[in-house]
Amino acid sequence: MIDHAIITGTSDMGTKVQIKGIREGLLVTLGEGSWDELHPQLLEHLDQQAAFLQGARLALDVGSLVLKAVDLGQLTKEISDRGLALWAVVGESPTTERSTQSFGLATRIAKPAKEGSAAYADQAVLDEESAVLVRRTLRSGSSLQHPGHVVVIGDINPGAEIVAGGDVVVWGRLRGMVHAGAQGNEQAVVCALDLSPTQLRIAGTIALTPKRRGKPQPEMARLQKGQVVAEAWDPKRERL
Amino acid sequence: MSGKVITVTSGKGGVGKTTATANLGAALADFGHKVACVDGDIGLRNLDVVMGLENRIVYDLVDVVEGRCRLRQAMIRDKRLPELYLIPAAQTRDKSAVSPSDMVRLCDELRPECDYILIDSPAGIERGFRNAIAPADIVVVITNPEVSAVRDADRIIGLVEAEEKGPARLVINRIKPDMIRRGDMLAVDDIIELLAVQLIGLVPDDDSVLTSTNRGTPVVLDGKSKAGLAFRNIARRLMDEEVPFLNMEDEGGFFSRLTRFIRPGGS
Repeated sequence: MIDHAIITGTSDMGTKVQIKGIREGLLVTLGEGSWDELHPQLLEHLDQQAAFLQGARLALDVGSLVLKAVDLGQLTKEISDRGLALWAVVGESPTTERSTQSFGLATRIAKPAKEGSAAYADQAVLDEESAVLVRRTLRSGSSLQHPGHVVVIGDINPGAEIVAGGDVVVWGRLRGMVHAGAQGNEQAVVCALDLSPTQLRIAGTIALTPKRRGKPQPEMARLQKGQVVAEAWDPKRERL
Repeated sequence: MSGKVITVTSGKGGVGKTTATANLGAALADFGHKVACVDGDIGLRNLDVVMGLENRIVYDLVDVVEGRCRLRQAMIRDKRLPELYLIPAAQTRDKSAVSPSDMVRLCDELRPECDYILIDSPAGIERGFRNAIAPADIVVVITNPEVSAVRDADRIIGLVEAEEKGPARLVINRIKPDMIRRGDMLAVDDIIELLAVQLIGLVPDDDSVLTSTNRGTPVVLDGKSKAGLAFRNIARRLMDEEVPFLNMEDEGGFFSRLTRFIRPGGS
């Protein structure tokens, strides 16, 4: 169910080149330094990771570095020689922006931390036990996907979706679509202060929310004998 | 003088963007401001029809952007309100004729001349929406008390936040108080709870809107219309005035209360 890995590569210690996955492909971030110093490091990095990068679309974040048109021209050629495509260069300097535009490349990428799954790309670890914490409301159309657990402080509005490899905890109203244990984990649970999702999935089981009677209350949904069962939180009961 | 750019948008079509743009424009102009209404719906223009200025169009937005005329030449002065102008959209082109940076440039040219620049956004979230949103200082999202319109408004508000245009402001249009009372329509409180943005207007459903739209005279100029008065209140809130909300439930005292709110502020 997770349709893209969130972290696709990390850098070795000591190098100033970082590569990570974003929705549009890969984002290559350069650290501080001069172009003469960073340029060979970047190429070396690309060569090292050649097998992993093959055919990727790259966006380059050069930070405050001033990238001249000549250098960029050379770089685009070097990148395409390696079978990769450079589509965007992001930088703070107007010179960089101008040279980028002169090559017809984008100067902006969809801002991470703003919409959907691209937001969690800078998460440092990637394994099923990791969790992301999201402190905002997910509105219709936004999608949050994570191989580990997901914790949201805010609402999940109808039309928004969460797909998690592990558990999903929502401190707020859950009214969108939620899929916990998306890779088949039947032990996964979904908790929310107001559990009224349009659709709730745990592992391979799909359930609709029954009409609520009375006031919303904190609930936890999990699989019991192949059925999704939601139970109100009870301080006296022992569980899990 | 640096004008404020207000973009009126909704996501879903048919909720009343164009009507709201025309009426807010007319109301702001009636309060003594210089206002330019820009039709962002290239290819499906109708702000000109609603404002009753269709037959005066010589140049349009695309002509300005492509340099075939000066901005002034494309500004059509309203029949009744001398401080109200319309920049119509081209009908024979499509959204790709204009880019977001063209819109920013156009509005920067209008800002020194006008107090308010209202942009009527097309439905959808594609190029036309991006164009309309690019120069905005304030984004007004129009919705109706129905599930699909509210869902789209939620998406739009998210996109506006992502564009860093600040929190959107909400107008709920076509409210039928008796239907809400019977529980057949989404309640205003439920909509606000879901969308969680600042509410700046509640507009009751009113037949006079349809007749005035067809006639090409903004309903705000009709002193008897409930919807017209609601639009005037929204205009005043956009002018940073504090105006209490109308009580939608109270049908009987509704009208008398409205007139009282309007008169003292009418600067």
